[in-house]
Amino acid sequence: MIEYGEKIREIAKKILEEKKVGLIIGFKKGTIPMMTEPVLIKDGQNLDQLYWDSFCNMNLANYLPKREEKIGIIAKGCDSRNIAVHIVENQIKREQLYIIGVPCKGMVDRRKINYFLADKEAREVTESDEDIIVKGEGFEHTLKKGDYLQDNCTKCMHRNPVIYDDIVGDLVEEREEPDPYDDVKDIEEMGSEEKWGFFSNLIKDCTRCYACRNACPLCYCPTCFVDESDPQWVGKSIDSTDTVTFHILRAYHCAGRCTDCGACQQACPMDINVRLLTRKLNKDALDLYNHEAGLSIEERPPLDTYKPDDYDEFIR
Amino acid sequence: MSDKIIKKEELQDFLKALKKAHEVFVPAKEKDFYRFNPLTDENKGDLNFTNTRLSPKSLLFPQSERIFEYTLDEESSDAHIVKESSKDYPSTVIIGIRPCDAKAMRLVDVNFNNPEFKDPWWVKHLESMTFIGLGCNEPCSTCFCTSVGCGPFNEEGLDVLLFDLGENFLARALTPKGEELLKQGGVDKDANSGLKKKADELKIEAENKISSHVPTDKLKEKKVDDLFNAPFWDDIAFACINCGTCTFLCPTCWCFDVQDEITKKQGDRIRNWDSCMFPLFTLHASGHNPRPEKVQRVRQRFMHKLKYYVDKYNNGVACVGCGRCVKSCPVNIDIREVFSLMNDL
Repeated sequence: MIEYGEKIREIAKKILEEKKVGLIIGFKKGTIPMMTEPVLIKDGQNLDQLYWDSFCNMNLANYLPKREEKIGIIAKGCDSRNIAVHIVENQIKREQLYIIGVPCKGMVDRRKINYFLADKEAREVTESDEDIIVKGEGFEHTLKKGDYLQDNCTKCMHRNPVIYDDIVGDLVEEREEPDPYDDVKDIEEMGSEEKWGFFSNLIKDCTRCYACRNACPLCYCPTCFVDESDPQWVGKSIDSTDTVTFHILRAYHCAGRCTDCGACQQACPMDINVRLLTRKLNKDALDLYNHEAGLSIEERPPLDTYKPDDYDEFIR
Repeated sequence: MSDKIIKKEELQDFLKALKKAHEVFVPAKEKDFYRFNPLTDENKGDLNFTNTRLSPKSLLFPQSERIFEYTLDEESSDAHIVKESSKDYPSTVIIGIRPCDAKAMRLVDVNFNNPEFKDPWWVKHLESMTFIGLGCNEPCSTCFCTSVGCGPFNEEGLDVLLFDLGENFLARALTPKGEELLKQGGVDKDANSGLKKKADELKIEAENKISSHVPTDKLKEKKVDDLFNAPFWDDIAFACINCGTCTFLCPTCWCFDVQDEITKKQGDRIRNWDSCMFPLFTLHASGHNPRPEKVQRVRQRFMHKLKYYVDKYNNGVACVGCGRCVKSCPVNIDIREVFSLMNDL
């Protein structure tokens, strides 16, 4: 995917020069291996900073809400779906955006590579089409990208952007996933005691830093419920009741809106897979409403729509 | 100052001996990262680690700590009287703390333990602890301790410093508390001059391995207003998602919030870590927020560490170069770049 960088810079230059947009939101190369930094490019300055590789894992849709300018934005499949969610939820207007689509072959998970390296440090990481080459003090490994993808990418059914104005490469083949929710089913089958134990253990290391919430494009409320202080709804300590309340309520706020982009899991400094909560709700939205978030800019999320001909009597 | 030798195969005996009289914490791997956990029969510790994900500050300054309690039961003669929560401060030994984190304790001490103010909980925790540090033979590429008045074998804040010499640890006692502890642990074999020399060489070698350097020389002379109004803050802050990762992982971030929590008639006053990244951190009761935008909060974090602290305490920067925030920031905001921008403005 590294070759997309050149095409991204080329398109960005063109749309800035043609004044189609006033700024570009993309990624720049990180200061350490396997990291990238979201960057805002204005008026053609620093255009050469725009960069792409298999570690552009944050969701750039997160930087859109409430912006007024005309914006060029780089979007993988999941990012484009979150842009669609923003458009549906009136956080940004379609005509404000020039979406530079990136057909995505999956993002590589730096944690999985670090785990493989045990406590050794990757000093230089490069990539080819299929491989990641990791070099450090006295070692060099060539790893298959496919073996180190982020968990969400291994389940992704929408690798190509769903809306875009230009595209940086040929569309990639969408994956045929026989059962994208097998992991959720395993949890569904647990008894309630076991489930409680499972989730309590999942979040036991949470420090309430809110990186998961803040990396999420869906979390744009002006004041999050955990930050309400008058009255205060949730305690501030790391008491497990409050931590559980935060995670469960946050997940429910994402029901029918989450694209499983994985930004929450990637942002967590304590390696907590908070996606296990949101994925259950994604599965429910699919099972109950045949809805996957962000596939259209017309369809509202199932939990904020009302149809007079709803098949359930109680709601009519 | 005395240099003793601990054979690696005798390390567990040393730890066991210490455990008879103290609580002992050791680095242990859980999930994919290390943390300081109590020494037990199951957890023997693992000194082949780089550093812990979270800094060890939580051992002295827990993320949530009950400090006062009270009852709202009108029948009780103590109703509404706030009392300090009783707490044990058992003698505790921290094994394998890295020199950067030990220096960080000294730095936080400037805030919590000074002639003007004494934070009783911090002071009592600190007094109950003995720090046996482990020098860094292999610093990471994100370590920049030598630029900020620290180093891979820095002694500040430690009672004993361990040098990993392969088959042996050389244990350098730095305080009377450290001397006493080695004696208690049955460590009495003096290091010969050859091993002492090897330890000193190891230190220089490790310092030379630090590949990351930041400039600090001009921070003091800069005008606060010039830095405050510098043109680079918008660029630095753009990517920031305003989470608390940097502040919670940082060994020198000391800010806290105090909250009352009431269960039925029992009230607890709890001190919790807070973060200048959060909008709530500065929200006034009036509803006014002096730092409503993320750029102001990002600026505050760096100005506090690299300018306000420098000016107030004349003690260098409020950063020990551990690199945790560099490694764990989800959007790669790198304090080393901010050092350069601020210093070279």
